[in-house]
Amino acid sequence: MNKVMSNKWVIALYVLPSLLLLGGLVYIPIVLTGYYGLMSWDGIGEMTFIGLDNYSRLLQDSTFWLSARHSFLLALFSTLSLIAYLAISLILSARLKGSELLRKIYLIPMLLSSVAIAQLWIKIYDPNNGMLNSLLTFLGVENPPAWLADRSTVLIAIFIAIIWQYAGFYIIIYSAALKGIPYSLIEAARIDGATPFQIAYKIKIPLITGVIKVTIILAIVGSLKYFDLIYVMTGGGPNGASEVIASYMYKEAFGRYNFGYGSAIGFALLVLALLTTWLIQKLTASKDELQY
Amino acid sequence: MATVIGTKQKQHDRNGIRRLGFILLYLFLGLIALFQIYPLIWLFFFSLKGNAEIFGRSPFALPEEWRWDNYLRVWTEGNINQYFLNSVFITVTAVLLTVLLASFVTFAITRMNWKLNKLVLMLFMIGYMIPIHSTLVPLFQFFLRLDLIDNPISIILAYTAYNLPLTIMILVGFYNTLPREIEEAAIMDGCSIHRIFFQITLPMTTPILSTTVIINMIFNWNEFVFVNTFISSDRYKTLTVGIQNFIGQYLTDWGAIGATLMISIIPILIAFIFLSNRIVEGIAAGSVKG
Repeated sequence: MNKVMSNKWVIALYVLPSLLLLGGLVYIPIVLTGYYGLMSWDGIGEMTFIGLDNYSRLLQDSTFWLSARHSFLLALFSTLSLIAYLAISLILSARLKGSELLRKIYLIPMLLSSVAIAQLWIKIYDPNNGMLNSLLTFLGVENPPAWLADRSTVLIAIFIAIIWQYAGFYIIIYSAALKGIPYSLIEAARIDGATPFQIAYKIKIPLITGVIKVTIILAIVGSLKYFDLIYVMTGGGPNGASEVIASYMYKEAFGRYNFGYGSAIGFALLVLALLTTWLIQKLTASKDELQY
Repeated sequence: MATVIGTKQKQHDRNGIRRLGFILLYLFLGLIALFQIYPLIWLFFFSLKGNAEIFGRSPFALPEEWRWDNYLRVWTEGNINQYFLNSVFITVTAVLLTVLLASFVTFAITRMNWKLNKLVLMLFMIGYMIPIHSTLVPLFQFFLRLDLIDNPISIILAYTAYNLPLTIMILVGFYNTLPREIEEAAIMDGCSIHRIFFQITLPMTTPILSTTVIINMIFNWNEFVFVNTFISSDRYKTLTVGIQNFIGQYLTDWGAIGATLMISIIPILIAFIFLSNRIVEGIAAGSVKG
């Protein structure tokens, strides 16, 4: 029996095709991105080795720092909004009637493409015929903002669309984790006279810290590489007010054909994503995982 | 007696507060549901309106006349039918390839005996964290050299490679809970390994396979960056990129824009109605274990 399950040829046959795809289309490109980052290159002509010039240019590039600032702001907003998603999930976990249906309704936007979501919200934010400003005018607000066309409101407008897109996703994750807590534990606390708030704060949240950690990483890394929605909604505008790292990289590489510099930005993005993941894991590392 | 009435009164008050609390709670949860769903209803309504109505009347009004011809118009004139078929072809091919390859890998990792299985699993797990913008330039060059730019094969391969990690993560969780006795008995009976995989293991995993299929389907259907970068001709564009181009040309025709957006999201909404439990399960399994 061990012989059948240890056949090297079969293992190779089953694993190698996928491993080749992963290596060829994910891992080798990462190394190449780092390598291209050391070049001056328009993608067609000759590559010229310029050492760390692209990276030192990156450090002095105010557009890059502005994009990085926006990316980190989105990461911060996304992480803070997790608190609201967690609170909603805790409410829904209290055996409410219809909570299953509500969770599914919350999830619907997450299933749509970022392009469709972006186009829909462009219409919602339309200063003249959009849903939002019509509502605000109806409520008596004079001169409502131009949202996506206004430098001071564009980021918050994009962030509201991001909340719309991702709220259901995080609520589903938290709910699944909360469902894993044995009911006997909560029943015992209730008999001992714990209030629902105490049960949530002292029992449920500590028991799902592992999952909360995962969602923090997902929210931060997801924000750092956020692209589609912003690219379609504003293209980074007006005047760079919503440029993020990924959209800046895309513009440099595929808009201006600065493949070398674009690669350097892409590599910086990778380093930032991995570094933040590692940092969060360090910061939130607990000596002993809670068990039930 | 008086104290009994007193406690009864208190009990009554407490029930009242409880009920009020419940009503407020449901109101709160209902408002969030409205926030999540109303934009889509609004989209549906303006997809059926003409421009005169959109620019002249309240955006909250129902369509005066339900203009289904908006849909018909964009379907043929806007090339949306071509984009739609491309999306179906690319999505289905990539999903089948991903799920089959992921099943092979998961079977080898969880059932077969070899030393590097943990390492290979880790390689796939880390692959899940890689931002595509960090690989896009070399990928473009790679496909350019193989003459696969503006060819759906590049898209199918990229979708498969980038969806394998999550698919394998979901499958591994399920394979680990699956009893091995049937497979072991089949080996005793002299069954070949390929027959075990195709005729025993694969059928046993159909519930989780349908979960991974639907999750992959949604990802591929909605993907934008790869198609936008690797595909340039209308013949091969998928819906996400196609509608983006279409809208660029028909900027002021809200009815047509609404209709194309509706066409792009209807398949997902239908899948959601029939498979919402599987979708929820896939999302939960993918991230809770990650």
